[in-house]
Amino acid sequence: MSESANTLPAGASPSYYLTGEHHPENGTLLGFWLYLMSDCLVFACLFAMYGVLGRSYAGGPTGAELFDLPLVAVNTSLLLLSSITYGFAMLEMQKSRLSATLSWLVITGLLGAGFIYIELHEFAHLIHEGAGPQRSAFLSSFFTLVGTHGLHVTFGIVWLVTLLVQLSKFGLTAANKRRLMCLSMFWHFLDVVWIGVFTFVYLMGALP
Amino acid sequence: MSLPKYARPLLMAPIALLAGCNVVLLHPAGAVAAQQGHLIVVSTLLMLLIVVPVMVLTIVFAWRYRQSNKAATYAPEWDHSTQLELVIWAAPLLIIIALGAITWISTHILDPFRPLRRIDAGHAVAADARPLVVEVVALDWKWLFIYPEEGIAVVNDVAAPVDRPVLFKITASSVMNSFFIPALAGQIYAMPTMQTELHAVINHAGDFDGFSANYSGAGFSDMRFKFHGMSGADFARWIETAKASGHTLDRAAYLELQKPSEREPVRRYAQVADRLFDSIVDRSVNGGNLTAASREP
Amino acid sequence: MDNTSTLLRLVLGRLSLDAIPYHEPILVGTFCVVALAGAAVMGALTYFKLWGVLWRDWITSIDHKKIGVMYCILGLVMLLRGFADALMMRAQQALAFGGSYGFLPPHHYDQVFTAHGVIMIFFVAMPLVAGLMNFVVPLQIGARDVAFPFLNNFSFWMTAFGAGLVMVSLFVGEFARTGWLAYPPLSGILSSPDVGVDYYIWSLQIAGVGTLLSGINLIATIVKMRAPGMSLMKMPVFTWTALCTNILIVAAFPVLTAVLALLSLDRYAGTNFFTNDLGGNAMMYVNLIWIWGHPEVYILVLPAFGVFSEVVATFCGKRLFGYASMVYATVVIMILSYLVWLHHFFTMGSGASVNSFFGITTMIISIPTGAKIFNWLFTMYRGRIRFELPMMWTVSFMITFVIGGMTGVLLAVPPADFVLHNSLFLVAHFHNVIIGGVLFGMLAGITYWFPKAFGYKLDPFWGRCSFWFWTIGFYFAFMPLYVLGLMGVTRRLSHFDDPSLAIWFRIAAFGAVLIALGIGSFIVQMIVSFVRREQLRDTTGDPWNGRTLEWSTSSPPPAYNFAFTPLVHDNDTWADMKNNHYRHPREGFIPIHMPKNTGAGFVIAALCALYGFALIWQMWLPAAVSFVAMLAAVIIHTFNYDRDYYIPAEEVARVEGARTEALAAHV
Repeated sequence: MSESANTLPAGASPSYYLTGEHHPENGTLLGFWLYLMSDCLVFACLFAMYGVLGRSYAGGPTGAELFDLPLVAVNTSLLLLSSITYGFAMLEMQKSRLSATLSWLVITGLLGAGFIYIELHEFAHLIHEGAGPQRSAFLSSFFTLVGTHGLHVTFGIVWLVTLLVQLSKFGLTAANKRRLMCLSMFWHFLDVVWIGVFTFVYLMGALP
Repeated sequence: MSLPKYARPLLMAPIALLAGCNVVLLHPAGAVAAQQGHLIVVSTLLMLLIVVPVMVLTIVFAWRYRQSNKAATYAPEWDHSTQLELVIWAAPLLIIIALGAITWISTHILDPFRPLRRIDAGHAVAADARPLVVEVVALDWKWLFIYPEEGIAVVNDVAAPVDRPVLFKITASSVMNSFFIPALAGQIYAMPTMQTELHAVINHAGDFDGFSANYSGAGFSDMRFKFHGMSGADFARWIETAKASGHTLDRAAYLELQKPSEREPVRRYAQVADRLFDSIVDRSVNGGNLTAASREP
Repeated sequence: MDNTSTLLRLVLGRLSLDAIPYHEPILVGTFCVVALAGAAVMGALTYFKLWGVLWRDWITSIDHKKIGVMYCILGLVMLLRGFADALMMRAQQALAFGGSYGFLPPHHYDQVFTAHGVIMIFFVAMPLVAGLMNFVVPLQIGARDVAFPFLNNFSFWMTAFGAGLVMVSLFVGEFARTGWLAYPPLSGILSSPDVGVDYYIWSLQIAGVGTLLSGINLIATIVKMRAPGMSLMKMPVFTWTALCTNILIVAAFPVLTAVLALLSLDRYAGTNFFTNDLGGNAMMYVNLIWIWGHPEVYILVLPAFGVFSEVVATFCGKRLFGYASMVYATVVIMILSYLVWLHHFFTMGSGASVNSFFGITTMIISIPTGAKIFNWLFTMYRGRIRFELPMMWTVSFMITFVIGGMTGVLLAVPPADFVLHNSLFLVAHFHNVIIGGVLFGMLAGITYWFPKAFGYKLDPFWGRCSFWFWTIGFYFAFMPLYVLGLMGVTRRLSHFDDPSLAIWFRIAAFGAVLIALGIGSFIVQMIVSFVRREQLRDTTGDPWNGRTLEWSTSSPPPAYNFAFTPLVHDNDTWADMKNNHYRHPREGFIPIHMPKNTGAGFVIAALCALYGFALIWQMWLPAAVSFVAMLAAVIIHTFNYDRDYYIPAEEVARVEGARTEALAAHV
């Protein structure tokens, strides 16, 4: 195991420390990615619950009866669009254009808020019809899965607003760019999860 | 150095075992439990093949290569030997292959859902024999045994004729329990809304302990019952005692019975409501049906 | 009138004076002891004017070494609580025979065994493991700190406040009476309407977030911050096990978070995940919690394996035998630990093929584990073994652990499990591996790295006392439980009918008393060592003739760990350096970039605990306020961009100069 030590010329003592300053790689993006993977597992559990309980209607309404697919389609397109606008914001960030970055971020946030508004509207409608999360295991898992995603988007918006303030205050510093990249990963991650929700919950759930 | 001291407490367990207390798992009265006990012994012996050498070598090496023993070889750079590493991976592997084979076979033979093929080591179950069916309900905190064919029910007492296969159908009313008669066969969970099964047979007459083996709340420690292995005649008399009790377990009586209570005495019912067990499983005793049927869209 | 009572209800929730258990003499007594001890500590802090030091140098510290030490202190303090529960259980089971119901009614006894399990796993074993990893890993890989120092401080405080909530449940309200995994429907709102399960949920949620973040942190540290030259296959084995453990943490704890969240939704919002009615399925809880629960076992034991690997190589004065196979074994165990969860409930009736599959995967884990044992064994072979305390723990571990491993494989045979499941045999088995594996490992690790952390060794005499009491006590306490298990005695019973069992429980209780003496000796060891610290002083930084990088720096290490980032050529780096007559640097020091302390982690974690407490008691108003405050605190923290500073070169030169002098004086 000691080849590298042995490959040194006989008698010469190898160097055992750097004399200059050592800058280890920044681990923030890796760390944030690890966090996203752990969050992904939370969603995996919720998907698994929905997979097991998604047809336990307990005599209550079914997905086919409840889901308003056109509305959900609008919602889905809002969120997908917001991912694209976030992408534009990142492009502007690469070009160090602060105000353009800010504008795209504001649009992203508004699209996210629209998504949340429609989701809350849908929830309120369901609860009003007596199809609240307490009605059946199917509805419990539906509300929890979709609601957890919505909660993530909400926190994403809070984060986005915080970043808007920080960007306008401190500009596109290295730290702020890193934060933008983290939020970018978060935002796209939520998009990916939503595609799963849309397919697995809404489209498949709407099947009889 | 006093390493051999380790060995002393280790020796205690087997000595104590020899002292002959009631080690029911190794000397049970039912054929299923007997096979399970046998499996414990065989697996343990198989593993001792590797565990004992490891223990001995640990002590030997610890003693031989102690610092004060300058006579022992000292090879500070020796850290690799392909042959040796092959051996240390292969030895456990071989044992696990053997044990894995035993596991696969025994798990299938002793699957509690599988009807029995033999009554004991020497006797097969007759081709036309039907098992005695006993429906078991774990309540807070007592056991209800329903004999659907005999039409009786008993709380905290259960019996079966010697050498007749028994099929227990098991569920629970509110929380999870585990139905366990160590002398008869292994345990299986009793879960609300679900039904598990246990096939078993008792080979000797006697009174054996049964209990819940899964903690289920305040009254858990007293959730015990007696299981009686009986001759055919005694069993018929045992059924008659219940029949003579005159009590009826209708749905109202069941709803009363399922309320939490502790240390319930044995109670016998001469009659049981029709399909009571099934309605306990699908939670429709009090009329509403909220689970099983409604799971289908 | 009505308005005031509504407001009162919003503020106080269901908390009232009835929640204070002043009618329970045991709890009142405990409270008095805790209050007196607390007052004494606070008084001492005030008298010696240490509050400022405590706040500046410890509570707000982002130094991985101090955080590691704080984790270990938390673990050891909670060990006292968890062990007090164990003594009460052993006493109860030794007394409650025939007509006697012992001194603990079920209401109390059921909380005791639940709290014992929860505390020992989450607030003893986990903090000790996290503490050692935090302290050792950056030193072993030649880093100045972890990747996210602030997050590290925050993680610690989340764990500590989680533990705090469990302690609060002792005196305000009650703890869960459900067993340590709180299976529904028993833990559902219908069977457990009280605050106990809510305490359970919130303390674990809060501590769980801390653990998860700490896992992410250490992975990023190990992946990104290794000293130049330290390829993955040159990492010390402890760092390897730490890496695998943290991967397991990141991959397992989210499942715990999710399943506890679902349970709380069932309890708080009336959903039907695990209920009996309206389509709920409690089996899903059991599956999910064990998908976390089984990897958790390896989260605890892998670092212990790492400690033994370091200890055995050091005290045998020899390279570790089979480094590569040790690493592969660790990785294989890590992966397999995800494929075995169902062996915790073979008796649920999954069918023969499913049961055999999980039984066999479980057995396969014993192959890499067996290989590890052999590797340690052949490290001892042709070594020069110094029987210092860490090595004694290691030998004791090797002998004890194989028994636990054997009974574990036995339990993995489904038909055998049908008779042994939930019995005292099972209890004996997991204590055998957790005490004989994890705890012995942690005690070995603490003894091994203590001089590195504090600059003096632990007193060997009291350490030996502790060792022998623990080891012998363990056998007395748990071998009888194996026997009882074979006699068909199940776990968690608060009293027994059969008087012939009593003798075994009394032997076990005697064993528990021996272990109590072991813990007592350990405390005495700490005190005696502190008093004798000048005699036990380690001036070299390398008290055991170690082999890995942490021994190349001083004891205790300076805040920056290494004046210059080490260069690595060999996996026993420090042994290699010593072989090549390494001289530590005397000049040319440069300023060192370091993270700044911050109180944000403590504040946010405290607000989290407050939020949890408010939710436990359904105090909706304080819950909302503390949640908003928590969010605000996080946001305010993100506005702090001033997070680092430079230690000037002169300061580094001064510290290193002092070390040069100390080393010279030693020679």
